[in-house]
Formats: sequence, C-alpha cells, structure tokens
Amino acid sequence: MEAAGNEYREMPPLLIVHRLPRFKLPVAAVLRSKYTVLDQCDDPPNPSFSAFSKSARLMLCVGPTAVTSDDFDRYPAVECVIGSSAGINHFDLAAFRRRGIRLTTAGDVFSDDVADYTIGLTIDVLRRISPANRFVRAGYWPEQKEYTLGSKVGGKRVGIVGLGSIGSRVAKRFEAFGCSIAYNSRKVKPNVSYTYYASVADLASNTDILIVCCALTNETYHVIAKDVMKKLGKKGIIINVGRGALIDEDELVGSLVIGEIGGAGLDVFEHEPHVPKELWTLDNVVLSAHKSFLTLESMAALEELILSNIEAFFSNKLLRAELEMV
Amino acid sequence: MADNNPAADVQQLPEIIVFGPPTIFGHYEKEFNSRFRVLKPWESPLPLSQFLEAQAHNTRAALCGATASLTAAVLCSLPSLRLIVATSAGLDHIDLIECRRQGIVVAYAASLFSADVADFAVGLLLDVLRKISAGNRFVKNGLWPVRGDYPLGVKLGGKRVGIVGLGSIGFEVAKRLEAFGCEISYHSREKKSCVLAWFHIQMSIHELAAKSDILAICCALTEQTHHMINRDVMLALGKEGVIVNIVRGGVIEEKALVTCLQRAEIGGSGLDVFEHEPRLPKELLQLDNVVLSPHAAVLTQESMEDLYHLLVANFQAFFSNKPLISPVPHHYLP
Repeated sequence: MEAAGNEYREMPPLLIVHRLPRFKLPVAAVLRSKYTVLDQCDDPPNPSFSAFSKSARLMLCVGPTAVTSDDFDRYPAVECVIGSSAGINHFDLAAFRRRGIRLTTAGDVFSDDVADYTIGLTIDVLRRISPANRFVRAGYWPEQKEYTLGSKVGGKRVGIVGLGSIGSRVAKRFEAFGCSIAYNSRKVKPNVSYTYYASVADLASNTDILIVCCALTNETYHVIAKDVMKKLGKKGIIINVGRGALIDEDELVGSLVIGEIGGAGLDVFEHEPHVPKELWTLDNVVLSAHKSFLTLESMAALEELILSNIEAFFSNKLLRAELEMV
Repeated sequence: MADNNPAADVQQLPEIIVFGPPTIFGHYEKEFNSRFRVLKPWESPLPLSQFLEAQAHNTRAALCGATASLTAAVLCSLPSLRLIVATSAGLDHIDLIECRRQGIVVAYAASLFSADVADFAVGLLLDVLRKISAGNRFVKNGLWPVRGDYPLGVKLGGKRVGIVGLGSIGFEVAKRLEAFGCEISYHSREKKSCVLAWFHIQMSIHELAAKSDILAICCALTEQTHHMINRDVMLALGKEGVIVNIVRGGVIEEKALVTCLQRAEIGGSGLDVFEHEPRLPKELLQLDNVVLSPHAAVLTQESMEDLYHLLVANFQAFFSNKPLISPVPHHYLP
C-alpha cells in the first residue's frame, strides 16, 4: 500500500477528460506529457481510470459535452471544470453551485471568428454567393448569360438577439457596411447607442437581418418561434450562430419552404449533425456544420487558454474566463 | 411618373441606340421604351456595321453595356453621336481617345456600385477564408453525419490587407475590412491625401504583396494595370495569401493564377471576373479553395433601380442641353 501511495504522490496531477467520442482532445500530446490524463474515451480503456478518477480534482470538458450531477457523483473530488466552449447550456449549473465547483469557459476566444462568420453568412445569403459558385461550377454561365439579382447589404436594418461578446462585434462590423443596428437583450445595455427593443417580436418587426447569437437558457429556448418569423416577414433573413434550440426548427423549415421568410444562414441545429433535408435544396439558405468558431487561430487561442488554466489551477493561481456563479 | 404612357408618340421620343444589351436593359426595357425611341442592333439580322449605316446615321446618344465593345470603327459609323452613357464604372471597353477626337462625351456609373461591389468582395473573401460555400455543399450533400467535422478556416481579423487601387471601391473595401480588425495598406497611382492616416501606402505592387496576407484587386483595367498581378506578385504574396478580384479579369495574369493555385503557391482566391468571361479556366473548377461567381458583384435589385434612374437622368440632361449628372472625370480620360 505504501509503495502505491508513494507512486501516487509522484504522479503528475490527475486530469479527467470528459468528452463525447466525436469531440477530439485538443493538445493531447502536451497534456499527456504534463498530467496524468484520464480520458473516458480511451480505447482500450485505462485500467486505472476507475481508481484514479475518484481522486482527480480537475476535469477538462471537451466540446459541448454535458456535465451533470451524476458526473460529479462519479468524480467526487472534482473542484473545477475547465470548459472549452463559449456556451454553457450543457452544464448543470445548479449542480455546480450546490457543490461549490468552479467553471471556466472559452471566454472571448471565439467571439471575433463567430462575428466574422456571421457577416460572411449574411452576405452569402443576401448576395447569393453559394448558388453563384455552384452556377459557375456547373457550367451555366456561358449559356445563361446573367445571374439572378441579389439584395443589397448596406442600408439594411440589422436586429441582434443578444448583444454580448459576439453580438457587439457583429454590430461593429455591420456598421461599416452602412447598416443600422437594433437589439434585444435581457436588459438595456448602458453606453450603447443602438436601439433597444424589449421583445424579440418587436425587434423582428423592425428588422431585415435577424442575428441570433445569444446564450441558450430556459428563457431563450425557441425564442425565435412562429410569431417572430411572421413579424420578420417575406424579405427578412435569419442568421443563427448561437444554438439550434434558440429557433423552433420545424417552424423555421416550414416558413422557409413556403417563402414566409426570405432566407437563412444556419450554423447550428436542434439535432446536430442532422439537418432537415427540406433545407438542402433551398438556394436562399446557407448551411454550415457548426464551425463559425473554427479557425486555426481560435483553436490555438483555445489551446493556450486551456493549458494556461490547467497550469494555473494546479499552482493555485487565478483562472481566466471563470464563470461567476451567481 | 410618365413611365407607362401608352399615348406617347414614339416618333416624338428622343432616340438612343443600345449596345450590349446591358443587364439593366433586360430589367427595365419597358421603361426605356416608354421614354426613348430605342434602336436595338441585336434584334436585327444585319451585321452591326450595316445596321448602323441603315439606322443610326442621326443617332446622337448611345447606351453602352459593359460587354459591348465601342471601338473606333464602331464610333466612326455613328457620325451624329455626341453622348455615350455607360452602364458600368469600368470604361476599358470604350475607345476614350476616339471619343475625345470625335467630341463625344461619356457618362458612367461613377461610384453607384461601389458599396455593393465592396460588400461582395468581403463576402468572397470570407467565403474563401472560412469555407462557407464549400461548407454549404458539405452539409447539403449529407456529409456532416458521415464525415464529422469540417476543416478549420482561417481568421480574417488581424490579417494584413493590400488594396490594389484605392478609388471608390478600394476605399469601401478598406472601410469594411478595418471593422474586422484588418491592417490596411494600399497601392495606387498617387498617394491619397484624403485617406485616413493609418492606411499605409506601399510604393510598388510587389512591396504591397510582400507585406500582405490578402490582396483585394479594386483598380480599373488600363494599359498599366493589365496583367499587373503576375507570378512574381503572387509568389511575393505567398502560400497563405488570398487574392480577391471584383473589378476586371485582365488585371490578373490568369494562367499564372491557375498555376499558382494548383501548386499551392498561394492559399486561395475569390473571383467574380475573368479575362475571357464568361469562359474561365476549367482548372479553377477543380479547386476547393477558390470561390467563383459570374460577374455578379454589381447585381442587386437596389443597384439596378438606382442605375436606371441615373442613366435616364443623364439622357434627359443631354437632351435638354443641361450638364450631365455623372460625366467621366477629366483625369480618367487618356
């Protein structure tokens, strides 16, 4: 027993890696060189996992993998979870609060890239870039001399649902195109000159481009429902880079198919990676495999943040992007 | 508005001849027909020179689309021509020297399209860097559940953008990309005094390419700019570099571009224009890091409407002996 105890004390600090198999472990080599990595997805499974994981104080959660009270029962020594997404809807925050467990997120690491992508999706939908690319590649250009008219971006009214880290960056970019900006948020943001609407429906009534980039919570589930889409109208478009469940997807598909709204750019869906087939043939809809945040640069920044936070935890230093548990 | 006035006697309407025909004519033909007596060479079985001789001897004004070529030969067959209203900002298809010689004034689209073209340039750029159309195809082909995640994109923010030609379009592109956190440099015929102090000027196109991650081609096609973006410039831009062209295909040496892309000597390209459009090199169709569009950067409902009003206003000014609304500035003329 004593030999085992000594060995245990000399081991690098224990780190539980909590992930669904489809989310790959970032910086795996570096982590394995510095820490004793207990990866649930190890194949073949680590025989020491069960014993060691009970003493692990730190968990790395990869991707939007759910972390529940049951997980904390399984890993009773965990004091802190290092998250790797900006979103937190996959965490049972009540469980965190009850047990006094700390949580860090990806913070602002993805915000610029998501904002850039939002504008890219918007221009693509309004100016029909994806269908144009296909038109040329299919060889239609020499025969059909001209391409269909698109819709001008400048001068359009942008309505942002959620003026947080991503939303504020989206606003700044659209302003440079000559768009006007309005928003809906839980409350009015001080020091912001954009028009505030207390309800998403009112925002949609006064909007041509509806940007959905808020957090998914109990309150925002299906916040974009039938009434909002009706208010947005035939010429309005929706861009969703938040979470699929922010939009009533069945209603959205229905509205797009019959032309009740003008188009959509969607990076997230209710049941990823499954995307409603009815959207596949619509030229005014641009689809994307949840990659608005995925760039070489953002992944490098995320890896740096994760490594820095893990190191800081084990050295009892301040953590970055720590969520305030209210 | 007198746009639909069936009672108007066609013979009383001022006469214009249309070359192309331009896209705008397809969308607003009825309106043009109600305001002008329109000569349409493309509807005649006669070859152009015979048509002009037979019909256009007294025609004083012409509407010229960007695909038509108003050469000296054509202009000489229009002895009464005094005005050309071009539907584009580009003028490389009109023999301006011959126009000056014959005393023909030219009006054009000026900066009417600049915002739309700049929007499209940014859209193409984001598409290339962040693989938006390719990603759209990936999902619509049902590959997401099968293949899992899509390859990483490249961040736009912080990239060094080289604007080639800081005219109306170049400035609009620069303004937008600045909001994304890009660093802007430019190369132009002359240093722009009106430009914000933090746009850096580069003295040569080569230097601009060497100091840029992205080249946005925003200049007019002239003898000087023809094939200006050649292999040397592309190699200076480098393996990660992206070129976006929304002005005229001839500014880029297209064969060299294809080779550099195939050999991964540059990182990708967004192209709305081509040297011999609507034909383009088949090799481009094989490349995933290239986004192609059919000269669509100007094509919005809003711009077409604005253009129609501008064109009519120019013709009306001419026919009432008033100053043109958007004459080509003197410094454009050779």
